[in-house]
Amino acid sequence: MATKKSEAVLDPLFNNNPIALQVLGICSALAVTTKLETALVMCIAVIAVITVSNVTISLLRNQIPGSIRIIVQLVVIASLVIITDQILKAFVFEISKQMSVFVGLIITNCIIMGRAEAFAMQNGPLLSALDGLGNGIGYSAVLMVVAFLRELFGSGKLFGVSVMPLVSEGGWYQPNGMMLLSPAAFFIIGAIIWAIRTWKPEQIEVDG
Amino acid sequence: MRHSVLYTFVFAAIICVVCGVLVSTSAVSLKEKQDFNAALDKKKNVLIAAGLIEDGEPTDAVKIDGLFANIESVAINLENGTEDPTFDLEGYDQVKASQDPDRSFTAPANRSAIKRVPTHAQIFKVNDDAGTLQQIVIPIEGLGLWGTLYGFLAVDADLDTVRGITYYLHKETPGLGGEVDNTRWKAKWPGRKIYGPDGGVEIAVIKGEAAPAAEAPFKIDGLSGATITGQGVTKMLDFWMGDRGFGPYIKSLKQQPAV
Repeated sequence: MATKKSEAVLDPLFNNNPIALQVLGICSALAVTTKLETALVMCIAVIAVITVSNVTISLLRNQIPGSIRIIVQLVVIASLVIITDQILKAFVFEISKQMSVFVGLIITNCIIMGRAEAFAMQNGPLLSALDGLGNGIGYSAVLMVVAFLRELFGSGKLFGVSVMPLVSEGGWYQPNGMMLLSPAAFFIIGAIIWAIRTWKPEQIEVDG
Repeated sequence: MRHSVLYTFVFAAIICVVCGVLVSTSAVSLKEKQDFNAALDKKKNVLIAAGLIEDGEPTDAVKIDGLFANIESVAINLENGTEDPTFDLEGYDQVKASQDPDRSFTAPANRSAIKRVPTHAQIFKVNDDAGTLQQIVIPIEGLGLWGTLYGFLAVDADLDTVRGITYYLHKETPGLGGEVDNTRWKAKWPGRKIYGPDGGVEIAVIKGEAAPAAEAPFKIDGLSGATITGQGVTKMLDFWMGDRGFGPYIKSLKQQPAV
């Protein structure tokens, strides 16, 4: 049981990363990663939502009628996301303004519903919480790496602090404008997937 | 495990009620704090346009309210261009009002894709300690490349010279049109003139670099790679500062003897 618990948390980091292996949740990974600050808040929000939703679904798993289980999962997740959005608007207004609709779009983040359906419906609350935590952290790890590269090369900053002074502000660094556009996140995620699969060749799908 | 149809309905109903209660509780209990944040954010943008605080400078509610002590919020009736002291500005949202047929009118034909104009607009008069008008801050909005840009324009007490501009909400491309919120670009605005000798709006964002304000009073540097955003800025100033926007009010204010 102890190994199962640590597996639930650690597996989604590299062995079964929701973004890198399952290629889920890409839309938000594009949208909020131009800055580390917004990416970090997004990560915290997703970790909170996925953990709480996994626990809730797991507690209800024997009561949820099979015929409406997907919609029940969606109602639980949607409620959690709205509450998260309200809290962000009340306490970190500036950041929530920059994240605009993407907090709401956590509802459609496939990772959360994927874990509810694939894991929480079959496992107990503790294990489900750990699984949610692990997947949330796995998602966050990729998001933070992407945001780090995009903010550093796109605006010469890290967490809004100037690291490489820009030419337009009297420095020497000519920013790579492409990094600030969505396709850059695709390139970086592609490179991360390549790196992980080179390190762990067993993740490479067999061509049918 | 199979469940009866009745059980399924009851379960669905309970889930809906529980989730509904949780969501509405959080929305209602946090509303006050959110409204406070939104109001503070608006004040902050007015102060940035007026050049009283730097963009990105850390601020708090106390500092913002302190700077706002000399700022008077005034309602303008946009149908006849007069101040309307009877209009209640508390919690007034001009953007929402312009979507409400009862509180707005169809905009005259314009190049800025503005469809409706609210009957009332909120402007800010910045006074010095003696109560003399220093500048006015006017809300502006209009279409850019990807969507509507919302901002404020600060005009000197001579009602012709720009004191500052800021955009607090836009969807322009980061690094290109998104540079409208770059402090270095915004720094090109102060000192430029709005109205030409014939009283028409002349200020415009041009392609390329504009000479200093003394030589090219009506021109602003274009943003490279953002021609359409620049044109959007020109068009919205043409509309809001012109006869169909705040023009009549500004004319009447000019004719008033200085207090």
